[in-house]
Amino acid sequence: MIRVEDVNIHLGVFTLRNINLAIDENEFFVLMGPTGAGKTVLLEAIAGLIPCKSGNIHIQDRNVTKMPPEKRGVSIVYQDYALFPHLTVRENVEYGLHFHNIDRGKAGRRFNRMVEILDLGHLLTRLPVNLSGGENQRVALARALMVNPRVLLLDEPLSALDPGFREEIRYRLKSLHKNSDVTFLMVTHDFADALSLADRAAVMNDGIIEQIGSMSDIFQRPNSTFVADFVGMKNLFGVDFQDTTAYIDELQIELGRTPDNSHGYIAIRPEDIVLSKEKLASSMLNSFTGTINGVIDQGLFYEIEIRLNNVIFRSLITKRSLFEMGISEGMDITFSFKSTAIHYF
Amino acid sequence: MVKKELFFWITISCGIVILAFILLPLIEMLTAPSFSMLKETLKDKDVMRSIWLSIYTAGLAALISFVFGTPLAYLLARTNFTGKKLVESIIDLPIVIPHPVVGIAILSVAGKNHWIGQLFAELGIRIMGSVTGIVTVLTFVGLPFYINAVKNGFESISPRLENVSRSLGASMFSTFFRITFPLAWRSMFIGIIMCSARAISEFGAVVIVAYHPMIAPVMLYERFEAYGLKYSQPVAVWLVSICLALFLILRILTLRDRKAT
Repeated sequence: MIRVEDVNIHLGVFTLRNINLAIDENEFFVLMGPTGAGKTVLLEAIAGLIPCKSGNIHIQDRNVTKMPPEKRGVSIVYQDYALFPHLTVRENVEYGLHFHNIDRGKAGRRFNRMVEILDLGHLLTRLPVNLSGGENQRVALARALMVNPRVLLLDEPLSALDPGFREEIRYRLKSLHKNSDVTFLMVTHDFADALSLADRAAVMNDGIIEQIGSMSDIFQRPNSTFVADFVGMKNLFGVDFQDTTAYIDELQIELGRTPDNSHGYIAIRPEDIVLSKEKLASSMLNSFTGTINGVIDQGLFYEIEIRLNNVIFRSLITKRSLFEMGISEGMDITFSFKSTAIHYF
Repeated sequence: MVKKELFFWITISCGIVILAFILLPLIEMLTAPSFSMLKETLKDKDVMRSIWLSIYTAGLAALISFVFGTPLAYLLARTNFTGKKLVESIIDLPIVIPHPVVGIAILSVAGKNHWIGQLFAELGIRIMGSVTGIVTVLTFVGLPFYINAVKNGFESISPRLENVSRSLGASMFSTFFRITFPLAWRSMFIGIIMCSARAISEFGAVVIVAYHPMIAPVMLYERFEAYGLKYSQPVAVWLVSICLALFLILRILTLRDRKAT
């Protein structure tokens, strides 16, 4: 559906290098990465708003690399909505119809459907300035889908919204995608949004794509330290492998399987590390005793730093367990994790 | 209540001094001529012709700036290219050049010793001592004010609005006329006012290029030289009043226009 081949983009001092990406028909694909990774640049390049220095972009087997944006059949929705401030909601939604030969009756039906799905009925005569964030984003979605695009590009559509609206728009995006044959390509730096919406994703960093794969692959099997860190694998250690054991200096971690390489990394999610006051009689092969180095309040959870031979492990526990175990800095604690919770690469 | 500090009183005093400095001479000038003198000046055909010429040439300068300056302002607002700073400095040059120098510079191109001047002569276009000359000078001094105002206006419009419009199927032209122009209209209007206000006040450059036909500032100067302060004041009052009235009408018209859209 969308094929990006060896694309290089130079934009002042910023560059995108060797971007290759293939997105399937009607897929919900997410581009993730920290601010400044180049996600929006790639999105705008696909829309034809930024020229490629080299490489090709195909949309539905058409090479669109040199095509102007209005010929690509690609709609874009921005984080700041980008509604036309001098036009009413109705005029905004109908804007694209001026440039497409759509039969009046058909356009009317589509308009009514959009208004119904996105609940815009009571807003039609208003100007964008009088709308809430969530309403603005609904109008922007309706406007983008009115022209029946083949691809809908979403540039952080949820980032500027209050939590309540965020939930709502996320839900609407999901149902819009389910009920249409449009391919969705969304940029986000929020992992939760990606997890709840995407089929597959790519992680970008500093102008390159670090990893492409299914959401579960990226979440559980990151292939670089950057992605591991990005998806929240806070326990990330450079190790030497020997048979089924990984060595962090002296510390032996049991993997339960043999890696192909002799040096590499292991990564463990903090929520997979279990804390206990005494050694657990369980099947967990890795169980150690360390000293609590720090207790960090993260709102709903507490991150506990445990030091063992100058290695810091991080575990995530609830407030309740914190109080039940009477955890405080300086005390000794046992921490354990299953060998299957260890990802190595 | 907290006692106001000395600093506060210094800022207030400076403000009052500046307001007085601006307003006192203007009020004095506006109230000096008697009603009968004002009436008499109104009947003076030369005075009225010069005021009309001033407004008409300044308006033309603003119109030319609008037509040629708008695309350039858009280009400067939307693109980055090497030498952009240089182009911007060149556009600002007319603001910093002493006014008589502007007149002399224009004459050196439009004179008989320059090929452009010769070309103009062949085409029957006369710069020296003509309305064409006046409009040329006023456009020269007014353009930077128009371009800068409109450039700021374009810059304040998010390029994302244009991006969205393009992705919805609009060409660059449609996007400009449906989105950018309606949103920048206000800054264009301000640019036109700035440009024509600057043009109407020009004296130094015009007096070199075209003493005749006489625009209002030149007429003022002549009356002052020949008859003294008393006879130049009524001309000044009429020039200021008519200009203010015109700007006010323009303002009201465009405000009404904005509410309608």
